[in-house]
Amino acid sequence: MTNIVAGALAVNCRGLTKQYGQGDNAVQALRGIDLQVRTGEMTYLVGPSGCGKTTLISVIAGTLDRSGGSCEVFGEDVASWGERKRAAWRGRNVGFVFQALNLVPTLTAAENVAVPLMILGEGHDKAVRRAEQMLERVDLGARTRSLPAQLSGGQQQRVAIARALVHDPRLVVCDEPTSALDHDTGQRVMELLRVVAASDERALIVVTHDARIFSLADRIAHMDDGRVERIESTPTSRQP
Amino acid sequence: MIRIALRMLLGDKLKYAGLVAGLAFATLLITQQGSIFAGFVLRTGAWIRDTGQADLWIMDEQVEFTEDRKTMLDSSLLRVRGVEGVEWAVPMYKAYMPCRLADGRRVIARVIGLDDATLLGAPPIMESGTLAALRQDRGILVDFGDAQDELAVSVARGSSERRPLAIGDRVDLNDHEMVVVGRYQRTAEFFWDPLIYTTYSRALAIAPPERRMLNFVLARVKPGYDHEAVATQISSLTGLQAYTAEGFEERSMDFILRKTGILANFGITIALGFVIGVLISGQLLYNFILDNQRSFAAMKAMGASNFLLLRMVAAQVMFAACVGFGIGVGLTALSGRVLAGSELAFNMAWQVPVFGGVAIVICCLFAALLSISRVLRLEPAVVFKG
Ligand SMILES: Nc1ncnc2c1ncn2[C@@H]1O[C@H](COP(=O)(O)OP(=O)(O)OP(=O)(O)O)[C@@H](O)[C@H]1O
Ligand SMILES: [Mg+2]
Repeated sequence: MTNIVAGALAVNCRGLTKQYGQGDNAVQALRGIDLQVRTGEMTYLVGPSGCGKTTLISVIAGTLDRSGGSCEVFGEDVASWGERKRAAWRGRNVGFVFQALNLVPTLTAAENVAVPLMILGEGHDKAVRRAEQMLERVDLGARTRSLPAQLSGGQQQRVAIARALVHDPRLVVCDEPTSALDHDTGQRVMELLRVVAASDERALIVVTHDARIFSLADRIAHMDDGRVERIESTPTSRQP
Repeated sequence: MIRIALRMLLGDKLKYAGLVAGLAFATLLITQQGSIFAGFVLRTGAWIRDTGQADLWIMDEQVEFTEDRKTMLDSSLLRVRGVEGVEWAVPMYKAYMPCRLADGRRVIARVIGLDDATLLGAPPIMESGTLAALRQDRGILVDFGDAQDELAVSVARGSSERRPLAIGDRVDLNDHEMVVVGRYQRTAEFFWDPLIYTTYSRALAIAPPERRMLNFVLARVKPGYDHEAVATQISSLTGLQAYTAEGFEERSMDFILRKTGILANFGITIALGFVIGVLISGQLLYNFILDNQRSFAAMKAMGASNFLLLRMVAAQVMFAACVGFGIGVGLTALSGRVLAGSELAFNMAWQVPVFGGVAIVICCLFAALLSISRVLRLEPAVVFKG
C-alpha cells in the first residue's frame, strides 16, 4: 500500500458554529469549532451530553447546515451545495453508523448492507453479492439472510458497520456505536471497526462516551459546550 | 431500490395484509355499486333490445322514454312509409291498462298492440304457445316471469295458494275478456308492471277511446341505407322524433336515470366508496410510511435523492393498489356470480373495473401524496437522533 495520500487533510473545520432555532429559543450548539481530521486516522469525539458531538458530525457528514465558520471535507465546501448534489456526494463519500443503527427491519442483513450500493445505482443481485462479501469480513458470512431482529445487538452493530463500509467511502462517521452494547461486545465491535475500516485513504470519526475504548483511538478530541477543548494523541497511535 | 421498496412493503405481513384488505374493500364498494348501476342502465333499454326487428323508432316529438304515452295521428305511419330508405314500417300500441285475473285480483299491466298483418315488434323467445296464436280471437301473450309472479292466480276460490298463469287462462283487460294463447320470455327490465302483447286492432278495441291512438312506429331500413341518415330524413319530413334503436335506448336511459335520481344516488354511493377508500388506504399508507420513516431518513442520509425515495414510495403504493384492486374486482365478479339468479340488477361492464381501477389509483396517489410529503420534508440529520 502506498502512503502518498496517508495523512492528507480529510476534514478541516475553522470557527464552525451552529445555532438551532431563532430568538429566545435559539440554542448555540457549536460555538466555534476548530478541528482537523486526517485520513488513515481514527478520531474520537468525546464530551458530556449536549456538548454538540452529534451536531458536529452531522455538519461534517453533510446532513446538517452550519451557521457560521467554515468546514471543508476533502477540500470541498459541501454545505454550500444544493441538497441534490450534497446527497449524491454523501452517497459516494460517507459511511454512516447511526446510534440507533436504523437497519430496515424487514430486509435481510445482506439487503441492509447492500442499500448504499443500490442508492449508487448498483443492481439488486450484484449489490447483495458484494454485501455478502462485506458481511464475511465482519464475521457474519453465515447470517446474511437473517433479519435484524434475529441478530444480537453486537451482530446488528456489525451489520451497520458493514453497511457503512460496503461502498468504500473516504469518510466514516459513527455516533455512539457501542452505547447499546455491553463493554466486551462494544470493545470487540470497535476493534473490528478499526481493523476492517483501516485504510490510509479513509478518515474515521467516532462519537463515544465509552472511556474504556479510548485506547483504540489515534486521537481524541475532547468537547465541551460547543467547543473542542483539547486534542490528545494516544500512545497507541499508528504512525503514518 | 424498487425491489428493496417492495421487500419493505411485503416484509410486515400483517400491515401489508391490512393495506391490501382496505384497498380491496374500497374496490369492492366501488365496482359492486358500479356494476349494479350498470345493471340498471342496461335494464332501461332491455325492451328496446328485445324488440330487435326495428331499426328505427318513430314517435311524437315529446316522448321521452319507453313508457311515455304521447300519441301521433294514424297518418304518421303512412308518412313514415313514404320516406326513402324505409323498407317497412308498422304501428305499435303501448299503454297501461287495468287488468283483472280470474280470481278477482287486479293489477296494472302494460299492453302492447302489434301490427295485425305482420306481428312485427314481438318478443324474441316463446316459452310456450306460438306467436301466430296471437291471431286467435281475444288472444294475448304474457311474460313467463310475470305469469309466475304478478299474474299468478289462486288455485281455487278463496285459496291463498297460487299457480302460474298458463295458456287457456282468462284475463280481463280494461273489462274485456282475453285468453292467454302463449307465454314469452324477455330480458329483465327496469319497469316492473306485467307486459302483455296482443294485436294492434284488438288493443285499440279494448282501449279507452282517444283521438289519437298510435304511439310508436317501428321501421326497418333498406339495405345500403345509413340508419342515422334515414332517421334524420324521417324527422325532417314528418316533424316526428325518429331514433335508431341505440339512439332510443340512450334517450330512455338518460331520462330514466335523471328522473329517478338513480344517477345521483349511485353517484353518491360510489363517491362514498371512493372517500372510504381514500380514508382507509390513506390511513394505512400513512402509517406504513411513518413506520418506515427512520429507514427512509437513513437512506436519505446515505445519499438517496428525494426522487429515488419518491419512486420507492410510488412503487409500494402502486403494488398495494394493484393487489388490492385485483382482489376487490375478483370479489365483485364473484358476488355477480352469486347474484346472477336474483332480481338484483348486476352488470360488470368493462367500464366498471376500468373506472374502479382509475379511482383506486387516484385514491392511492392521493394517500401517498400525504405521506410522501413527510418523507420529502425529512431532515437527513434526524437519523443521528437517538
Ligand atoms: N434539532 C434541534 N433543535 C434544537 N436544539 C437542538 C437540536 N438538536 C440538538 N439541539 C441542542 O444542541 C445541543 C447539542 O446537541 P447534540 O445532540 O449535538 O449533543 P451531543 O453532544 O450529541 O449529546 P449526546 O451525548 O447526549 O448525544 C444540545 O443542547 C441540544 O439540546
Ligand atoms: Mg449525540
